[in-house]
Amino acid sequence: MTGQAHVTAADGNTRTVPVRYGVKLMPELRSARVGVVGMCGGNAACGTCHVYVSPSWLGALKAPGTDEADMLDELESRSPQSRLACQIAFGPELDGIELAVAPHD
Amino acid sequence: MIERILIVGASLAGVHAAEELRAAGFEGELTMLSAETEPPYDRPPLSKRFLAGHCGEEELSLRPVDSYAALGIKLHLGATATGLDLGRREVHTVDGTVHPFDGLVIATGSRPRWPAALPRLAGMHTLRTAADARRLADEFAGSPRVAVLGGGFIGAEVAATARGLGLDVTIVEAAPTLMSRALGPSFGDLLVRIHRDHGVDVRCGAAVVDVTGDIRVDGLMLADGTRVDADVVVVGVGNAPVTGWLASSGLELDDGVVCDETCATGVAGVVAAGDVARWRHPRLGVTRSEHHSNAVEQGMAAARTLLGQAAPYAPVGYVWSDQYEHKIHALGSWQPGAETRMIGPSLACFVREGQVVGAAGIDARREVMRLRKVIEQGEPCPVSTG
Ligand SMILES: Cc1cc2nc3c(=O)[nH]c(=O)nc-3n(C[C@H](O)[C@H](O)[C@H](O)COP(=O)(O)OP(=O)(O)OC[C@H]3O[C@@H](n4cnc5c(N)ncnc54)[C@H](O)[C@@H]3O)c2cc1C
Ligand code: FES
Repeated sequence: MTGQAHVTAADGNTRTVPVRYGVKLMPELRSARVGVVGMCGGNAACGTCHVYVSPSWLGALKAPGTDEADMLDELESRSPQSRLACQIAFGPELDGIELAVAPHD
Repeated sequence: MIERILIVGASLAGVHAAEELRAAGFEGELTMLSAETEPPYDRPPLSKRFLAGHCGEEELSLRPVDSYAALGIKLHLGATATGLDLGRREVHTVDGTVHPFDGLVIATGSRPRWPAALPRLAGMHTLRTAADARRLADEFAGSPRVAVLGGGFIGAEVAATARGLGLDVTIVEAAPTLMSRALGPSFGDLLVRIHRDHGVDVRCGAAVVDVTGDIRVDGLMLADGTRVDADVVVVGVGNAPVTGWLASSGLELDDGVVCDETCATGVAGVVAAGDVARWRHPRLGVTRSEHHSNAVEQGMAAARTLLGQAAPYAPVGYVWSDQYEHKIHALGSWQPGAETRMIGPSLACFVREGQVVGAAGIDARREVMRLRKVIEQGEPCPVSTG
């Protein structure tokens, strides 16, 4: 019921973080203290859970919904790999996902 | 040695306390009691996308139901706590079950106040739970005229959502502007304008003296003698912490559970977090918050305190609100006596004794976030952010 995410933290170190299946990535990354803040608690309102998903994993994710897309559009540090960790539901298909915590705006 | 931790209230603060206990290495027994019969869900969409019909039931859920078991958390639904016995260190629930504990997290939140002078007729609602939101959404489907009593966060959001559905909406607010308790009167003026531009009849400085209607409400009588016709009334005049079940426990209560800087109560091994906690904020003094980010962060802070990793809990305070196409963000808060300085067209700093104590913006998320350090360190107000 638990898989893993390989996360390059805000401090540049890469760590492996356990993530429960079905749970959004944000709370699990926040618990792991890798630099994800999550101020709005997962409501796609604050932009403080911004991550860069490695290109080889992007295709495994569902496309962003309108709330996420709107928020990504206004992030200064946006890249084609940008996603909000609070909008990504983790599951077996994402086990081993590689991502990096984006710098804060 | 803490071997059994009990969390009363399984919403934002409770769930985040539970997850933080595990993240911080607690391996003992962990039990959560919830008065609600549905698994933990998130409240913000209830006045926004969910009420508008733009988000399904499944999107409300805070975590998948089986994720609690994955962390070894026992979640009891429909298990309303009725009493706390501090001598025996146990909590009693409505069905007579006794839950002994070594550590206790009180996270029973808050619930809407009802103005004492007003009867509660059919068609009159408060909005706190998912069930409340479903009832209100059903009412909105019948194209009613809506009166919103109270122009705080919930009232303003419900008004915006109802207008978005094409309904006739009147807001009745006692203060001179909207959302002024949290964001101050000047910023509130901007919000009044937004609501009026969207066709809401905003009546500020107005008091409701009576409700008319027989079984079902049909209008509000205001102090100035005018009448507001309404088929549905939403009452959003503030919340009260849920502490009734603690009344005879001996725990210190004062508009919430009284805590120190670390969210600890006067009793060893008993902490409180979220809307129910009144704690000593190192910068702001004794305070209680009714906002999302506080429930999350304080739940986590209280959990660490319970495990002997206590640190002063001194959040900046963050809130957001969605109204129409606008996103409002605020850090810190306006405080009585604070002066509002507009440093951009829709960006305000709240300044008290020369220091910035808060900031708020409409569609200015980045600019607001950038003021975080200024607020945290009590710096003087920047002239303009350009
Ligand atoms: C409609 C709505 C929209 C909101 N929107 C925003 C927003 O946009 N931004 C923002 O910052 N904040 C928002 N909030 C506020 C935010 O949701 C609250 O601050 C937050 O829910 C507080 O979390 P809590 O866990 O402290 O309390 P609650 O969420 O109130 O949870 C307490 C839980 O304890 C349970 N309980 C109570 N008594 C007992 C008992 N005796 N035994 C067992 N269980 C008990 C309750 O049933 C409840 O499930 C909104 C709130 C509402 C209602
Ligand atoms: S937690 Fe706020 S946008 Fe993801």
